[in-house]
Amino acid sequence: MLTLSGVGKRYPTGDRALTDIELTLPKGQVMALIGPSGAGKSTLIRCVNRLVEPTQGSIRLEETELTKLSGHKLRHARRSMGMIFQEYALVDRLTVMENVLSGQLGYVGFWRSFLRRYPQEAVVEAFRLLERVGLPHAIDKRADALSGGQRQRVGIARALLQSPKLLLVDEPTASLDPKTSRQIMRLIRELCAERNLAAIINIHDVALAQQFADRIVGLRAGKIVFDGLPSELTSEMLTTIYGEEDWDTTPEPMDDDATNDASVNSPYQHTMKSVAAGGAQ
Amino acid sequence: MSEQLEAPLTQMKAQARQQAAQRGEWRRLPLIESARLRWGLAIGAVIYLFLALASVEVNWARVSEGAGRAVNFLGAFMQPDFISRYDDIVAGLLESLTMTLTSTVLGVLLAIPVGLGAARNISPLPIYFVCRAIIAVSRTFQEIIIAILFVVMFGFGPFAGMITLAFATIGFMAKLLAEDIEDLDWRQVEAVRATGASWWQTMNHAVQPQVMPRLIGLSMYRLDINFRESSVIGIVGAGGIGATLNTSLSRYEYDTSAAILLIIIAIVLLCEYSSSHVRRWTQ
Amino acid sequence: MPVSFTSQGLPVWRRRTTRAQWLQYIAWLAGVSLFLLCWKMISDNTMWVFVEDAGRQGADLISRMTPPEWGYANVLWKPMWDTLNIATLGTALGIVMAFPVAFLAARNTTPHPLIRSAALMVIVSSRSINSLIWAMLLVTILGPGVLAGIIAIALRSIGFVGKLLYEAIEEIHPTPVEAISATGASRMQVMNYGVLPQIMPAFAGISVYRWDINIRESTVLGLVGAGGIGLQLNASINSLAWDQVSVIFIMIFATVLVSEWISARVRHAII
Repeated sequence: MLTLSGVGKRYPTGDRALTDIELTLPKGQVMALIGPSGAGKSTLIRCVNRLVEPTQGSIRLEETELTKLSGHKLRHARRSMGMIFQEYALVDRLTVMENVLSGQLGYVGFWRSFLRRYPQEAVVEAFRLLERVGLPHAIDKRADALSGGQRQRVGIARALLQSPKLLLVDEPTASLDPKTSRQIMRLIRELCAERNLAAIINIHDVALAQQFADRIVGLRAGKIVFDGLPSELTSEMLTTIYGEEDWDTTPEPMDDDATNDASVNSPYQHTMKSVAAGGAQ
Repeated sequence: MSEQLEAPLTQMKAQARQQAAQRGEWRRLPLIESARLRWGLAIGAVIYLFLALASVEVNWARVSEGAGRAVNFLGAFMQPDFISRYDDIVAGLLESLTMTLTSTVLGVLLAIPVGLGAARNISPLPIYFVCRAIIAVSRTFQEIIIAILFVVMFGFGPFAGMITLAFATIGFMAKLLAEDIEDLDWRQVEAVRATGASWWQTMNHAVQPQVMPRLIGLSMYRLDINFRESSVIGIVGAGGIGATLNTSLSRYEYDTSAAILLIIIAIVLLCEYSSSHVRRWTQ
Repeated sequence: MPVSFTSQGLPVWRRRTTRAQWLQYIAWLAGVSLFLLCWKMISDNTMWVFVEDAGRQGADLISRMTPPEWGYANVLWKPMWDTLNIATLGTALGIVMAFPVAFLAARNTTPHPLIRSAALMVIVSSRSINSLIWAMLLVTILGPGVLAGIIAIALRSIGFVGKLLYEAIEEIHPTPVEAISATGASRMQVMNYGVLPQIMPAFAGISVYRWDINIRESTVLGLVGAGGIGLQLNASINSLAWDQVSVIFIMIFATVLVSEWISARVRHAII
């Protein structure tokens, strides 16, 4: 569905952020993108929706060549790619509902959005999404009154209101505590499954990536150095990606967590309740 | 009573909004919650606007007559005339610049004691009131009004202008200085006092280091303001480039006026540029 | 080196090095001589006879200003209303014009660097020229009256509001703007959703602050014929009716105090 071929990015300062990236993402696949800071992870996903302009190569979303688009067509392409940010990137002084509805901006005209007169279906869908992420009671709260985990949920709802085909997720858990991180990752994972969305998730936490992704791509200094299943990611591979480190003595956070956090193995309903409870706090 | 009633009421409102949103009906939260106040303010604003606009009398015949002059003036900006009144411009400019410099220096020097006196945390109450009164008077009246009075007292010429600007500088600087001192980190002052320092030593070692960078920055800013003001107080006879500008305008010598305005803009730009350097250098 | 040794080998601490000390002396010397030079130029252009007479003149002025001729206040209500209108309508007009200029002048929202420098030029020119000068110009063009005053205030406000506003725009968080662009929003929608909410408090504060300043400035515009209470002031001064002047001063003082109080309250409520 998404195909990157020969994508490269060189910043005006001369730094090469990406070199010759070849990547194909089928429908419904959740791919984790790991690698050290400065490896080009953020640049890569920003190249896909052209918040950063790639300097070479081609990026195709289904039949559309994204690198050549401009103006109106670029807006159309962007609305089919939802993006979730590290620092949530909500507009603090707008209410939760306004933030979620801003996901519709690619669909409505300027005056409609200026007067906040969104189509009825959009509002229904926005409210449904807020219920799904466990925040229906917060519609009139200002975004800066929410906790980190709640804000990220609003960010997710905003991205999904775009009715995207693809989710671009940039370090969704970097500013969250371990428990909330897992809840958020699980939520993203479930939503992708419900809607058959493909996703590229930039993530620092290798254990989370292994647990929640179908596929892992390792990036080092702007080049793909690993591409495979989570189970194939060995300590040697991690050394290739991140550099020398004694990987095995690090306690496996997954096992560690499973004993403490009862909700990990519990059925779906149970998880949802804990998500909703987390949101209500 | 009303508080007890209010809590469930807001909750009910919130629930009603959620149900409406579920049906797809959602409106932005109004900025002012009470509908009566909201509409009252809106209607009040409209009425005021109507009354205010109605009281503006425009003599359209005079405006159309002046339109030609506007075109002349814009044309003059394209080819300003620095030459034909060269001597007047140079004399006025020198006077403005000297007035600016001396008044800023005097004003800042005088503003320091007034500012200290107007800081509630270091000065006794009677002195505080006197200093605040000086600040209020100096800030309320425009430079030009003060200039009128000083011209009456000191006669025409740059001396009156200098005193005017120095007086205005006192109000401006002393107010900001006093606010700065009121905000300063009191622990440092206590630390210096604890060593047994006298009042003067405390000022020198605890207060001065904390307010000095901002004082220098503000003085530079005031220098800039004083120059701009010095270009208008000449209108009432207090010296400077303003007199030259006024004369050229009343003679309809727009090319000379344009030249003077361009010089003023250039000097203000220069001032701003150098003051940003000085501020970076002192911090 | 701030620590040096005396001939006996004892360490001596000084605040500055010798070189820095000398440089400082020279800077002070240059500053003081520049000041004295300027002082000399002013004193050469001053009739010292008049200055020596100042105390007597001042006392004379005060005696003529008191008691204020209170009855004159009745004539002043209409000019005062005009003054308020000049300030308020002028501020409103200035804000309307300053708003787009600020967006064009901010580095992160300007469509093109060339447009940015043009917008900055507008801001600098408007800031450099005092509202009285604008008023003088406009009176020769539009004729005397309130309209010239309103436009003079508006033209002067563009620079002030524009400068502070574009600085506020340059300081916004970039991530919400990025997020809004990523939803496929148009340029105007990004401004409306990403930028505008972030600068709203600063914008409201700046506007009220400028309104407060404009009240002061509009009290004197009448001196050059641009309407308001300044016209009465000019007339009273020209006819040497100082007891009327003092009434006008008291009116101005009261109005400015009230407007300052309102502005402080509103700004306090916003922040």
